[in-house]
Amino acid sequence: MSYRIRKTFEKKEKKLVTFTTGGDPDLDTSLKILNTIMNNGIDIIEIGMPFSDPMADGPTIQESSVRSIASGTKINDILEIVNKVRKINNEIPIILMGYYNSIFNMGVKSFASKCADAGVDGLIIVDLQPEEDSELYKEAKEKNIDLIRLITPTTDEERLKTILHNASGFLYYVTVTGITGQNSANVEHLKKSIMTIRSSTELPIVAGFGIKNRRDVEQISIFADGVVVGSSIVNIIKNNLNNKNKMITEIDKFTKDLKKGVKE
Amino acid sequence: MTIKNSFKKLPDEKGYFGSFGGRYVSETLMPLILEVEKEYEKIKNDKIFKEELNNYMETYIGRPSPLFFAERITKDLGGPKIYFKRDELNHTGAHKINNCMGQILLAKKMGKKRIIAETGAGQHGVATATVCALFGLPCIVYMGEKDIKRQSPNVFRMKLLGAEIRSVNTGSKSLKDAMNEALRDWVTNVIDTFYIIGTAAGPHPYPAMVRDFQSIIGEEVREQILKAEKKLPDLLMACIGGGSNALGLFHEFLDDKQIEMIAVEAAGHGIESGNHAASLSGGKPGILHGNKTYLLQSNDGQIDEAHSISAGLDYPGIGPEHSYLFEQKRVRYMSATDKEAIEAFQYCCNLEGIIPALEPSHALAVLKKIAKNYSKDKIVVMNMCGRGDKDIFTIAEELNIKL
Repeated sequence: MSYRIRKTFEKKEKKLVTFTTGGDPDLDTSLKILNTIMNNGIDIIEIGMPFSDPMADGPTIQESSVRSIASGTKINDILEIVNKVRKINNEIPIILMGYYNSIFNMGVKSFASKCADAGVDGLIIVDLQPEEDSELYKEAKEKNIDLIRLITPTTDEERLKTILHNASGFLYYVTVTGITGQNSANVEHLKKSIMTIRSSTELPIVAGFGIKNRRDVEQISIFADGVVVGSSIVNIIKNNLNNKNKMITEIDKFTKDLKKGVKE
Repeated sequence: MTIKNSFKKLPDEKGYFGSFGGRYVSETLMPLILEVEKEYEKIKNDKIFKEELNNYMETYIGRPSPLFFAERITKDLGGPKIYFKRDELNHTGAHKINNCMGQILLAKKMGKKRIIAETGAGQHGVATATVCALFGLPCIVYMGEKDIKRQSPNVFRMKLLGAEIRSVNTGSKSLKDAMNEALRDWVTNVIDTFYIIGTAAGPHPYPAMVRDFQSIIGEEVREQILKAEKKLPDLLMACIGGGSNALGLFHEFLDDKQIEMIAVEAAGHGIESGNHAASLSGGKPGILHGNKTYLLQSNDGQIDEAHSISAGLDYPGIGPEHSYLFEQKRVRYMSATDKEAIEAFQYCCNLEGIIPALEPSHALAVLKKIAKNYSKDKIVVMNMCGRGDKDIFTIAEELNIKL
């Protein structure tokens, strides 16, 4: 298990996790955004590796991938962003999120080494499930990088066993059946699902998808160990492409507000 | 060529053809995909299911499709005897409906209430809309904006059949992006929806299931050619986008090792131009749309946009079984350009009175070139997998004719 992830979850407070696509709208601004987020006490950062065909993402994150690729971002640049973040902050867990082709294309071994060198703590690979992840799991484990497993509303008891086997770091609960940035979950259902999972595992459970604002954060962080906010931040980027100073100010304001919603 | 093991037994239990195939989808979809596999395994050798399917194949689709001796083309090319497997005569005008009929019967068995599909040329969309009308299920078809424009007759046919067309304007605005959107719909409506994938690609069990439903093409050919010629063909030919019509013809014969097979990819403006859809000739292995297979992609693993005049071949990937047959050298993969396909299209109209779709015109274009290498006692079967009614506007535009 990643040292930084373990350390982070040793602290009692609920965790606030943010997602932004690396290189959106460009590398420099993307790094500034991450700095702003970290200054506001966000606990874990997820950085998206842009992919041309993000089939699990809604329009907001699809467009952020398009912007990042159009500005010339390569997967190596994402690792460079991690490098730079590490120089500023050596505590915060950094999770790379993306699609398997980016990794397969670079070579699984080579990718895992580069992640370790840059200081990546975990990987969420949306289209790579336990049936297919043994190669990446092995390489990541050797480097103490957690392969974060996803659990969804369609996960039944038997499937949960498959997912929990070899799971490490934390668990990512996808709150709705669907893509990113769309519907929000029914809080009562969500609570029940997370309680069920809790009875089978000691790992922290972080909830993501459809968590949009401070109110969502408040409600869900009561029973989840952490919450992920992604599309809402990416929307601020999209709405302020012509004014990067305003983009940063808005993200600063928004993440401060989110943080206030986290239950102690 | 030596073949140690049977090609016909693949995929393995994890859905792999050698190192290709597998299941690369969102976790949300996994339980459903495992259920599709389980249900498919149950029905595939079930007598009652087979009887029901065969009945529709015969009375609704019009199978068996004829095997036609193309005498004038044979004479003109001066090489082998050329036969067309006339799957363009199927109800809805292409081989696509063979698969749709199988999948919708499975969807019904699984109690699904809503059908989605992606389409490029619109043939799979029309076939899906057709079987949905037949069984009274709502049908949503995802289609790229670019394809909606170039295949307008099929768009209208789908609407007449009661399907809802959802225009996709992301990425290349064609088949690849339509498939992304269909997958997004599926993951959102996973409980009640069945996704009828149109080609032998996607997560396991789709590549195997689609191939199996299409294999009736080759099974009929074996019977028909033995009746006509008292021997098996020497060469089989088909075009490939995802590759379902080619596998439909080839699969039955994969272990008849003396039979040569050629599949023809779309070379667009030419492989060297970079504007093509030839995933095997110009791509490398990667992961997209649920399977590991050859893909057109950048050095950084971003999927490239394909190009072909034929919307049905305009896809940067290929079914995983083809990637395997390519690496095993069991099938030879060649390509034809837009221009060559248009010439072959006209050639077929003039010599045989058959208006072929632009897709099989690619196969015919290569056949025209290589026929001279085969002696007159050889027999070639080419899959005429679709008719060209949908393509007349594209052809008119290419030939600068105002309709």
